[in-house]
Amino acid sequence: MKTENQRGWLFVLPVLILVAFNALIPLMTVVNYSVQETFGNNQFFWAGLRWFEEILRSERFHAALGRQLLFTFTILIIEVPLGVAIALAMPRRGFWVPVCLVLMALPMLIPWNVVGSMWNIFTLPQIGLLGYFLNDVLGINYDMTQQPVSAWITVIVMDVWHWTSLVVLLAYAGLVSIPEAYYQAAKIDGASNWSVFRYIQLPKMKRVLTIAILLRFMDSFNIYTEPFTLTGGGPGNSTTLLSIDLVKIALGQFDLGPAAAMSLIYFAITLAVSWLFYTLMTRDDQ
Amino acid sequence: MAEIGLKNLRHSYLPSPAGPDDFALKEINLSWDDGGAYALLGPSGCGKTTLLNIISGLLTPSEGHILFDGQDVTALPPDKRNIAQVFQFPVIYDTMTVYDNLAFPLRNRGVAADRVDARVSEIAAMLELDDSLTTRAANLTPDAKQKISMGRGLVRDDVNVIMFDEPLTVIDPELKWKLRSKLKELHQKIAVTMIYVTHDQTEALTFADQVVVMQDGEIVQIGSPVELFERPQHTFVGHFIGSPGMNILPCEVTGDGAWFHGCHVPLEGPVKGTGQRTEIGVRPEFVRLADGGIPGLVRKAADIGRHTVVEVMVGDTPVGAIVDGPAPERGAEVHLTFDPHQTRLYTDGWIATERAAP
Repeated sequence: MKTENQRGWLFVLPVLILVAFNALIPLMTVVNYSVQETFGNNQFFWAGLRWFEEILRSERFHAALGRQLLFTFTILIIEVPLGVAIALAMPRRGFWVPVCLVLMALPMLIPWNVVGSMWNIFTLPQIGLLGYFLNDVLGINYDMTQQPVSAWITVIVMDVWHWTSLVVLLAYAGLVSIPEAYYQAAKIDGASNWSVFRYIQLPKMKRVLTIAILLRFMDSFNIYTEPFTLTGGGPGNSTTLLSIDLVKIALGQFDLGPAAAMSLIYFAITLAVSWLFYTLMTRDDQ
Repeated sequence: MAEIGLKNLRHSYLPSPAGPDDFALKEINLSWDDGGAYALLGPSGCGKTTLLNIISGLLTPSEGHILFDGQDVTALPPDKRNIAQVFQFPVIYDTMTVYDNLAFPLRNRGVAADRVDARVSEIAAMLELDDSLTTRAANLTPDAKQKISMGRGLVRDDVNVIMFDEPLTVIDPELKWKLRSKLKELHQKIAVTMIYVTHDQTEALTFADQVVVMQDGEIVQIGSPVELFERPQHTFVGHFIGSPGMNILPCEVTGDGAWFHGCHVPLEGPVKGTGQRTEIGVRPEFVRLADGGIPGLVRKAADIGRHTVVEVMVGDTPVGAIVDGPAPERGAEVHLTFDPHQTRLYTDGWIATERAAP
């Protein structure tokens, strides 16, 4: 028989209040907008689930969601293996450890809109260092303001540059927590480098990698600032990711109802994927 | 299986050691016969794990050579030395099943599947792991983990040597006994050279044919358990082995014998050599309470089951005695005699008496 102590709720209360004001109440406001129609003048009319239906059927939404999924999938497939590889290559002790850690942390310390502006200037043809180098030195026809493929490559390279460090640092934390005895035992057991990775390092990194992938999924799926500052969603709509599209609908066209419905669908997808992934990854930890 | 030789081995963890104090191991020379059971015994920090890691190849010694059957293996990495080692804290590959854990060292060396199966079944049966072979090796109790870890050490039957680095530290006392006798039994069965590192004298003395006692990076004595108990070559061994350890009593030596607090103490034989510091060494087992002899006051008496350990103050020197009969009262005046055949003289820590010819 377990005695339950109700006092715990008291300690959680401040957080509940905080969460209520910065998440629940704004979220409920969005729910409220999503089922109403407005023509301005602060007049609202009941719309039921019409906006949801409209969004789910809208080709524009499908296209943005497709681009979003492609973007998230691409950066995950690059950043996670690359991050693990860099973490494995980093020294475990000695003088170079802090140097590597600081170098790794640097990109993450730069404000997001600065990252976008930096890469914008860096990659502009003619005036940007990289743009000039690619076009005028290497002779590659590259213009991220005109060519969708160039724009996509730039957005992805920028994200890899900005966020691979997060995977590196988390994977590195997992690696350094492995006791030396494991490597010694593996040596004596005659394990190959691949076996050491497969049976010692990867299992020990699993928890932190789960968190890393989850964070990278959520962040990249909701990404706004950097691609917006870099390409503004263009050329055309080619790099208009979900959040950029959402802001266009909400603040550009001021369609509050559809924008609210879209936010909720967007939110539901993020939540569902995160939950599914986390549940699958931690299923056999019991 | 191999004979192991260590020649002029020295090791320092510092890049450029200056004096002997910078060495974790100071000048080790020894040779171990093929198929023997050896223990490295000593207090924490005496260098026994360092020595073990040098033999296994996890550490490269600063100086000296390691020979397996006369072949110099000093430069070989662990996997080329064909050895097995069990670590103090169990190492488990917890994404594998228990079976795969045990099979791992064999599969890494390309052993055929049916051979792997036979070896794993045999080792699992011996360690009583056969019921859990198909389960994943996660969330196990410490002793189940250490059994698997030991199993991985024992599974290969072609190894030169199997080394155990305090493998029973994390195991419950009851199971300790069981595993220790299992290991002994196993050694008799497969006759592989085994080296067992421990700071627990009971473990060392029950497991090994030959015990190497170490202190501060040096070998103090190599001998059978009986030799270590009966004729410690150094006061450290006398004190470290035995419970309670040997009485080490400061004394004066004149031409005709040893004198302890004004009483003449007969020794086992003639004294050879002299030194600055002279001490009498006698185990509590060989100290008797008698009507005459060295006078003292009983300070305390502890009942340890079949015997009583009595501590007697002779002047300001405590002397331990193990007594069979009724224990004397605290504060009682008693007299002590030492069994002359078991009373030795140590000068500067090292034994200085010779056993009298029988």
